[in-house]
Amino acid sequence: MGWFAKYFPNAVTMKSEFIQATGETLYMTAITAIIAGVIGMAIGIGLIVTQPGGILENRIVYNILDKFVNLFRSIPFVILLAIIAPVTRLIVGTAIGTTAAIVPLVIGSAPFYARQIQNALAEVDRGVIEAAESVGSGPIAIIFRVYLKEGLADIIRSSVLTLISLIDLTAMAGAIGGGGLGNLAVNIGYNQFQIDVIFLAMLIILVIVFIIQLVGDWLARRVDHTA
Amino acid sequence: MTNEAIIQLKDIDVTFHNKGQTVEAVKQVSLTVNRGDIYGVVGYSGAGKSTLVRVINRLQKPTAGSVEVNGQDILALSSHELRTARTKIGMIFQHFNLMNSRTIADNVDYPLKGGKLSRSERQEKVAHLLDLVGLTEKATDYPAQLSGGQKQRVAIARALANDPEILISDEATSALDPKTTSAILELLKRLNKELGLTVVLITHEMEAVKEICNKVAVMESGEIIERGDLVTIFSQPKQPLTKDFINTATQINQALEKIYRQASTLGLDDHHQLVQLQYVGATTDAPLITELYKRYEVVSNILYGNVEILQDTPLGNLIVVMTGEPDKLKAAWQYCQDAGITITHLKPKKPGVA
Repeated sequence: MGWFAKYFPNAVTMKSEFIQATGETLYMTAITAIIAGVIGMAIGIGLIVTQPGGILENRIVYNILDKFVNLFRSIPFVILLAIIAPVTRLIVGTAIGTTAAIVPLVIGSAPFYARQIQNALAEVDRGVIEAAESVGSGPIAIIFRVYLKEGLADIIRSSVLTLISLIDLTAMAGAIGGGGLGNLAVNIGYNQFQIDVIFLAMLIILVIVFIIQLVGDWLARRVDHTA
Repeated sequence: MTNEAIIQLKDIDVTFHNKGQTVEAVKQVSLTVNRGDIYGVVGYSGAGKSTLVRVINRLQKPTAGSVEVNGQDILALSSHELRTARTKIGMIFQHFNLMNSRTIADNVDYPLKGGKLSRSERQEKVAHLLDLVGLTEKATDYPAQLSGGQKQRVAIARALANDPEILISDEATSALDPKTTSAILELLKRLNKELGLTVVLITHEMEAVKEICNKVAVMESGEIIERGDLVTIFSQPKQPLTKDFINTATQINQALEKIYRQASTLGLDDHHQLVQLQYVGATTDAPLITELYKRYEVVSNILYGNVEILQDTPLGNLIVVMTGEPDKLKAAWQYCQDAGITITHLKPKKPGVA
């Protein structure tokens, strides 16, 4: 490991910090992915079924969901972090720390995911939905047995995209003491001119992104039977 | 064929409002389909055929009118009751509408999910349905691996999963080549015979109707302009559109076009007349041409001939040039008419020709 000490003179002494930061990034990503995943999925499905011509067409519900998604998607995440602090304090008890960072992360990523899900499900052929209706399927059956099943490959691809952008957001969440690799890179690497720390943090994030992309692509290919 | 009505549409209106524009897709249409019928609904695209048949299973809610299927008032049903009613009305589509993420067996199994059957009963049923449409060996394939005709067979098996009494076919053969079309129509006819399935067949091709239907309705701009049993419609069409559809199906239009193009070479005059003879049923067998020569010394030169067998009734069409003395020709035509043969005098449209 001589070369490592040579090229990463500061990072090599920070093994435990890096392990902790990586753990924090993965923790924020995983918990947010689960919560924002459920919320985003629900909103995305809600948008698809209530849209004009949808199986549960409802102009009011559709417009509310649509405006909500647009609103939260247009707030820059750094500003959202600050604005949302009182809400975070209400839910988590504190506005600082890794767990506290999850609240803005969810609010920042769920609307994005909802839009991704909506786009993925919009690809499901309207004729297939009609065929399901013609054999007597109700809305619940159509959502779970047609939309989610037929749209699965696209849902996986959108989820990968969302996960990767979520990792991007966790790096920013370090700004409010959220910890993680982003925090490490900025607070130690950038502020103390330890370029190798920034570089290593970036490498670790790249590896995580690559793994998510590879697994996601493999899964999507497995469930895709369109060709 | 019994005379018990299984589908009764009365005074159906379907009006769409779109961006301030009002489109009357279906206007005041009534239609009765009897149990065991294969009822053809023919019309060009945009005539309102698909909209009309979607009213049968309420995929399309009519603006006005009443819908009775199997004695049930379809428009009065709750959404739960409607779903149950729909299981007894199968439907197949132009683009098959199979689920690409499911295997063939799983596609056929789809309508049975959430039903009363156990897993093994369902597997048995799916195997039986695949056997019925001749696709047993494709059970584990995915739709993307199948040809168009095979996909439509899967769609038929799926539509039959809940043992419906009615099958609606919405342009089901329009995306298929002629050979595959015939095979699918054959299958529908077989299902009609073997299962007593009532079929409503929408198409823009009279050929498809000719193959299997016993009744036919012709639609134009939202209205049924002509209807009746197949042989009557084919032998005595009244509306221009109906005639057009039939002449295309029997290829008389194409033949006439060719004949007219070289009309000058026929040398038509008082002694040479171009006529179309049409006969239905038994008259087909009489040696007409010989008879005309023997009795009136009229020589008939056959330019085009076609015999269709509709519902076991032969329907013949001949385009001939009859040559003879003008008064003998008249007598010959009278003879034909007395024998129940319809004569149409054809006038080539080219100027400068008789």
